[in-house]
Amino acid sequence: MTVQPFDPRVLRRDFPTLDQLVHGKPLAYLDNAATSQKPKRVLDALDDYYERDNANVHRGIHELSRRATVGYEEAREKVGRWINAAESAEVIWTKGTTESLNLVAMAWGLDHVHEGDEILISVLEHHSNIVPWQILARRRGAILRYIEIDDQGRWILDDLDTLINDRTRMVAISHVSNALGTINPVQTVIEAAHRVGAVVVVDGAQGAVHTKVDVQALGADFYAFSGHKMCGPTGTGVLWGKRELLEEMSPYQGGGEMINVVSRDESTWAALPHKFEAGTPNIAGAIGFGAAVDYLADVGMDGIIAHEKALLEYALGRLDEIPGMTIYGPRSLEERSAVISFTLGDAHPHDISTILDAEGVAVRAGHHCAQLVMQHFGVSSTARASFYLYNVQEDVDRLVEGLGEVARIFA
Amino acid sequence: MPKPMETPQLSSLYQQLILEHYRNPRNKSELDGKSVEIHMANPVCGDEIRLQLRIEGDEIAEAKFVGQGCSISQASVSMMTTLLQGRSLDDAGTLARRFTDMMHGDEDAAKDKALGDLRALQGVSKFPVRIKCALLGFDALQEALKKEVSGGTN
Repeated sequence: MTVQPFDPRVLRRDFPTLDQLVHGKPLAYLDNAATSQKPKRVLDALDDYYERDNANVHRGIHELSRRATVGYEEAREKVGRWINAAESAEVIWTKGTTESLNLVAMAWGLDHVHEGDEILISVLEHHSNIVPWQILARRRGAILRYIEIDDQGRWILDDLDTLINDRTRMVAISHVSNALGTINPVQTVIEAAHRVGAVVVVDGAQGAVHTKVDVQALGADFYAFSGHKMCGPTGTGVLWGKRELLEEMSPYQGGGEMINVVSRDESTWAALPHKFEAGTPNIAGAIGFGAAVDYLADVGMDGIIAHEKALLEYALGRLDEIPGMTIYGPRSLEERSAVISFTLGDAHPHDISTILDAEGVAVRAGHHCAQLVMQHFGVSSTARASFYLYNVQEDVDRLVEGLGEVARIFA
Repeated sequence: MPKPMETPQLSSLYQQLILEHYRNPRNKSELDGKSVEIHMANPVCGDEIRLQLRIEGDEIAEAKFVGQGCSISQASVSMMTTLLQGRSLDDAGTLARRFTDMMHGDEDAAKDKALGDLRALQGVSKFPVRIKCALLGFDALQEALKKEVSGGTN
């Protein structure tokens, strides 16, 4: 594929799902923060694998098993390069960000967090970066502390020196908020955590989609993200971790593939990354994730980021004109990614979503698995429109028109 | 291109009566001397209500609720409480069953005058993802009735 100038109208043709009528209207898909659509190239990679190479990995001597293993490991290398990992052995396949975070909480946390220790997270987190730490804190008698947020959904870091102290063992923070789109100053927190010897895991479920991730430059100890939000198949994710931490960690699950030698009383573990990949993995998914990263590399992250910003600016401007509109989150484009959480008058977000759906406009309504954020703003839910590389200004216009219908019904 | 799906009419969903109950819910306050309270929530969307009943003998002497959520869930529970005042537990059970039938597409149930204003919610049955919203209050009612029958206050 030759590199073309960034044009969402051309790119849209790569995504079969976008070409359909929903309730008789062309689909305007604005629920990308939940999951992205998949380009043909990823779908073809899945088909090719199942139609030609399907076999288990790292087990067989036969040709198909060899091909499956090569495809699976090549995909790991592609994703590793995508995030600038020092080596692909630091890339652990998981079924998504949630599993990646749980892996850290259980495999690292249970061995290193003890009674009275502190775990620091933020109010902005998705439930998948809150609940595993609550479970860990309860099991270990540890204390869970929070970075609070201001009225624009930005971290308040004035008291960072007390939030991160010599009792802090673990810091778990999101790179980009799924509920508000806030791009968080993770580097500041990572540096403060490392000054006291705490370990940092970054939830990159949105960060890996909307920013160029360089795990070495970022300096965190772990980075967790999903394939399905960045053009890859569902059920794919990665935990990247620094080799020295992964080496000394206990396994997360026991089973095939993760062992070296099994005897009656004990076993020894396979080398990285297989130590954390018990059982038959999502082989097709990993290969599809690799194809997604190839696709994104050809499109180019600079073009994607610039396009998303332009669309975000246009959408914020248009939505601001609507009477009764409340937009949550940061107002500066530098601090926000392509996510807009909003409410409109006294129309409940669920009703907003139903009315928009009838117009062919897909948005998310609810608490976005971020009830602490909702509580902060005193709402039970919001509607959320989120953009990706294939969205165009017409999608925003359709959203605005649909909101006109909401205003009419709830007049 | 996949075949377009059948498109239900929004006007059948958002009837004036529903919006009116959403804006001016009936019996929405804490009930003094309640004999049973059921908390019911939809974790997917955050809709939640607490249905409170004062039961005397085998009769619902008073029904109130508190909560928050979408127009469908709040209108449904508001309409429901207007029909529950002074109704026997048996009748209340029948009402809950008839309404549930209507939500699942039963045309006869939709013509049942006993459902009163609740018939305005018939359109919800054409929106599968919203049926749960309409049933939130009735799920709470059925839970409350179960509690009463299995050794409540009597």
